[in-house]
Amino acid sequence: MGAFPRGTLTGGFRRVRRSDAALRAPMLAPTWAWLFAFVAAPAALLAVLALAVAADGVPPFALAISPDNLATAVSDPYYLAGFLASLRVASISAAFCLLIGYPLALAIARTSARWRPVLLLLVMLPFWTGFLLRIAAWIGLLRDDGWINAALMALRLTDTPLHLLYTDGAMYAGIVYAYLPFLVLPLVARLTRLDPALEQAAADLGASPWAVFRRVTLPLSLPGVWAGLALVFVPVTGEYVIPELLGGPQSQTLGRIIWDEFFANHDWPLASALALLLLVLLLAPALAIRNRAA
Amino acid sequence: MRRGRFLTATLTAGYGFLYAPIALLVLTSFNDSRLTTVWTGFSLRWFAALAHDDTLIGAALLSLRIAAISATGATILGALAGYALARLGRFRGRIAFAGLLAAPLVLPDLLIALALLLLFVFAERLLGFPQRGAGTITVAHVTASLAYVAIVVEARLAGSGTTLEEAAMDLGATPLRAFRRVTLPLMAPALLSGWLLAFTLSLDDVVIASFVSGPGASTLPMVVFSMLHLGATPELNALATVILGGVATVLLVALFVMRRGAGASGFGGEGGPLRKRRWLHDARRGRATEQASRAEVAPPPPCS
Repeated sequence: MGAFPRGTLTGGFRRVRRSDAALRAPMLAPTWAWLFAFVAAPAALLAVLALAVAADGVPPFALAISPDNLATAVSDPYYLAGFLASLRVASISAAFCLLIGYPLALAIARTSARWRPVLLLLVMLPFWTGFLLRIAAWIGLLRDDGWINAALMALRLTDTPLHLLYTDGAMYAGIVYAYLPFLVLPLVARLTRLDPALEQAAADLGASPWAVFRRVTLPLSLPGVWAGLALVFVPVTGEYVIPELLGGPQSQTLGRIIWDEFFANHDWPLASALALLLLVLLLAPALAIRNRAA
Repeated sequence: MRRGRFLTATLTAGYGFLYAPIALLVLTSFNDSRLTTVWTGFSLRWFAALAHDDTLIGAALLSLRIAAISATGATILGALAGYALARLGRFRGRIAFAGLLAAPLVLPDLLIALALLLLFVFAERLLGFPQRGAGTITVAHVTASLAYVAIVVEARLAGSGTTLEEAAMDLGATPLRAFRRVTLPLMAPALLSGWLLAFTLSLDDVVIASFVSGPGASTLPMVVFSMLHLGATPELNALATVILGGVATVLLVALFVMRRGAGASGFGGEGGPLRKRRWLHDARRGRATEQASRAEVAPPPPCS
């Protein structure tokens, strides 16, 4: 940021600077205090607990400096498989979001400026209707007596209902459905900012529509693509609710493992160690998002 | 022509994907039958069942209370942060500030939830408070939604320049008065949309609430989540329809307000009907022409 127009008259400029100085401390202090107390301190405690050991009692740990939990988290094949499952689910989901989201974003960006705000609002509307209730909608679609099976049986494509719910496919459908707006919105923002003259020039010079897209539109939209992919990838890596409600017991993603270690096994230090590793793993893509946003 | 067809086909498929599941859910909520796909007649019985479900209603009221308080807190802190990022330039620690602010925005809920729970547990052991429950959920939700408000406010302020505040102060307003009379009204639409965003994020959250809540405090998403574990019920379809109706109403009102208030800077063309806005708009243009006429200074860039 900082790209706002500076005061052009020196008098005004100096006045604004003075008002900045007067307002600076009271403006910053409350937010700094909040961020220290509720973001920095908890992150530090996550590291403290990752080094603690599990113990009987309330809360169920004893402070220590032990590398055991971190060692378990990186060496035990069960947790390693969890990390890999999470990365795989996040990558595949992000890829599907891109596959569906790119044409949609392009179509929205090509709509007249009059209708674009309405279309964007319509992308965000399901996003604001309750995450869990959208998952409930997918349960209604996918269950044995749900809409998809009813349609397939009405068309005589199958006699017995297909088992669709509690599968990897159901999980991917739910994730793509829930996270699609995160990819579409930044991509539309990027695509609407492209200079139409560039595509026009390419077409005038004889490029086919496909060549215009591949050689001009697509390369220019890549920053939006990366931002959108990161906005899907990072939160999905830690996703718990959708794999739990739509996925089968075989989809042991890291989110589910951390949740179970915490709530079922009461192993807070191990859950913290896994969370800390996930945090480190996600720091690079998360920073990339922040740099794009800031 | 091919392009027109591509547009229509893609938009139809895309919005069909987004809306078909919700449309079927709403349809199901009016079905008399307990079975999803067997239509036995129009009925409001699931809405009646919902109206008598004290657990769900109690949870909904708690959720609304937490969402209203946490959205207000997030709006106050987020507005301060957004103002700082847009107007204070390179203050000391800016990078750390922006980083801490954005962390809950980009990281998975689960990490924020676990880390905040550890904080509350340590604080309770060392200081004797807080008791985990609605209060800790509220604090956690403020933390999680703060950055959304900050981003909206920052974008609004960065796009509008400092000309108006300068004009106010040139005319003798103190910095505080200029802030209250000029900057704050300028921020108002961003504050409204930021508040709504924080409100819906709080209403939507199940992971953070599940971690930081204590015995006795179950938010609506926590109750719905445990119901969904057993599979969707017709009552939940009715609940979805009610929430959908509420959210759609609020969003339409918000869109209407934003369109009217967009004035010089957003969609909706020249100046909204609100007189104050019109005045601001004229003042800005007057200022711009006045500056341009003083030959030696360049006119400021357009403020949109």
